[in-house]
Amino acid sequence: MKFDLFVLPFTVGLAFILLYTVYRFARWISKLSFAEKKKFWLWLFTHKTILAIKEVFMECLIHRKIYKNNPLLGYMHMSIALGWLALIVVGNLESRIYSGTHLNPPYFPIFLRFFVHDHHGIPWSFFFTNLMDLILLFVLSGIILAYLKRAFSFLFGIKRKPRRRIQDIMIMIILWSIFPLRLFAESLTASVYGNGGFLTGTIGSMFSYLPYPNELAYTFWWLYSISLGAFFFVLPFTRYMHIPAEILLIFMRRFGIHTEKKYTSFADLEVYSCPKCGMCMDKCQMGFAANVKDMQSVYFIQSVRRNKVEEQKLYNCMICGRCQEFCPVGISLNDQRMIQRRLVADVVDAKFDYLPEKVIPAVDVVYFAGCMTHLTPAIKKSMVEIFEQAGVNYNFMDADGTICCGRPLMLAGKDTEARELQKRNEDTIRSSGAKILVTSCPICYKVFKEEYKLDIEIMHHTQYLLKLSNENKIKVKPSDVLAVYHDPCELGRGSDVYKEPRKLLGKAVNLQEIKNSKEKSLCCGGSLGNTQMNSFKRDMITEDACKQLLKGNPDLLVTACPLCKKTLGKYATVEIKDIAEVVAGQLNN
Amino acid sequence: MINFGYSLSNDRQIDFDKNDLKIARFVNQGEPTFKICIACGTCTATCSAGQFTDFNFRKLMIMIKRGEDHKVKEEVSKCMLCGKCTLACPRNVNTRNVIINIKKAVNLK
Repeated sequence: MKFDLFVLPFTVGLAFILLYTVYRFARWISKLSFAEKKKFWLWLFTHKTILAIKEVFMECLIHRKIYKNNPLLGYMHMSIALGWLALIVVGNLESRIYSGTHLNPPYFPIFLRFFVHDHHGIPWSFFFTNLMDLILLFVLSGIILAYLKRAFSFLFGIKRKPRRRIQDIMIMIILWSIFPLRLFAESLTASVYGNGGFLTGTIGSMFSYLPYPNELAYTFWWLYSISLGAFFFVLPFTRYMHIPAEILLIFMRRFGIHTEKKYTSFADLEVYSCPKCGMCMDKCQMGFAANVKDMQSVYFIQSVRRNKVEEQKLYNCMICGRCQEFCPVGISLNDQRMIQRRLVADVVDAKFDYLPEKVIPAVDVVYFAGCMTHLTPAIKKSMVEIFEQAGVNYNFMDADGTICCGRPLMLAGKDTEARELQKRNEDTIRSSGAKILVTSCPICYKVFKEEYKLDIEIMHHTQYLLKLSNENKIKVKPSDVLAVYHDPCELGRGSDVYKEPRKLLGKAVNLQEIKNSKEKSLCCGGSLGNTQMNSFKRDMITEDACKQLLKGNPDLLVTACPLCKKTLGKYATVEIKDIAEVVAGQLNN
Repeated sequence: MINFGYSLSNDRQIDFDKNDLKIARFVNQGEPTFKICIACGTCTATCSAGQFTDFNFRKLMIMIKRGEDHKVKEEVSKCMLCGKCTLACPRNVNTRNVIINIKKAVNLK
């Protein structure tokens, strides 16, 4: 006897989810662009696949990134994911030994205890029974933690939980009930037949006084099967779709496919890979400092998935990239938001024909201060002073009027308009024949580096000053001023420049490191990415950032961005300087 | 008539009953800080675009508030959206969003 009616909900559910996953995977892959497809099939049979499998194991089963965030939360995820897989694998092995054949119906391993009661004479039966119990206990420990998480979420390092939609709550309840139901079903069956491992056997013997144990067990087997089937049926319509989607995502990412400027198939896959865990919520400064709770990436991605992006919430984000840094799935949240902004706003309604065509003399280095630097003249003065001291053959490209780099327009989603500004600046820079372009503004730096088609080296002034110092063109004398460095978003997370400013500052001052620095650094609140936030909210963010930056009572707050300097200056209780000013003040030529 | 090199100024009378305040209303809805502008002109003084052409954000705001819409579209298209004015504004008007909203309003018309 290897069949009973109760296996049907599970079997049908399993067939549905497998077919659906295959269909979705095929669609995601088939809708890739030609170049991406080429990458996909080219790398599929290489070492990259092995690396991808390793990453799937580390992230989807062990949940390494969540461990890093909070060990308890990591354990909860691991016990359920890894435990469930172990149940499937070990259960399959076990069922093969028990049935003596490799061809078992798919439901057989799942409901093995129902079908096979007499374990005498079956090799390894004691070992397997106890091992399966151990794994079930492992999974159940995770489920218990999941229950506890509802009430004591602070233990798991969670401050804010995202609002859940009804189907997400439903599937969560189903997931919570699957394994307890399995425990009861197996225990009751064990109590009827007097077998079972250390867990099911013990609980079974406790149940043995219950009336109608056989009928009760049968009911629980039904419930167990229904819960599994229901889980599979609702999965595609809920956040749990991230389970299959993330696997494909990891593979594609390993093969070099990334989210770019358009809403491609890969971008769609990323949206479906979002588990809506809400880790981005706790990390969002607009949430914890300015009390804005409805625009965080978790909601944004959800709105993209449901095709209901609200413009006001779309633009109510500083694009600081902090959430992206903490996202356990590694979704490129900034790019996703920029894609949607482009869809909304990329129309041309600007005319820049008034801009002059500027030609600058042939020099080695072109210095582009940027709009914001003109608002903080101390920075450009210091830069000019350093250039003069070092004897560099340079040209201050925008000394009398800056043509914007285009990044602010891009942040608003107006890429086509930005291209025109970009072209103007490109022509001017090319006309100089310079080898190095130095800029004082990280916003400009990022766009020069990523969008401009210039064949010259592009440096932020922190990098350039370090280079000058290393080449002994400027000598920076040390001092015992205790300083703290603020990583600007666009320079740090945006362009991965962390080392250079620290090295440079190390030569001039005594550098202090704070908790939220480097990848975790805080946005100053002045971001051009947000067009919706009012000044009061911005001030709340600035005040909070200042408080955290100045916790160690430094004498000096150093930053590398004119916008950050201007913004933080409002609330900084100590002197605030740009890195160029610090260097210019410590010159010893 | 003898030309002395002088002429009469055009009539500067503004008829608020006739003028269309559609843009002003739209912008006000999209960015409420639009109405707290005191037309001090700091934005215009710091403007990047203003370095190259006679783009004047202060005038633009006044024009819209008066409902003199005929030149708004041409004027607003000069903005590079760099955001210097937002930082300079003593009243904390969210100027970048004001510009974006003006553009939207102009395109809707």
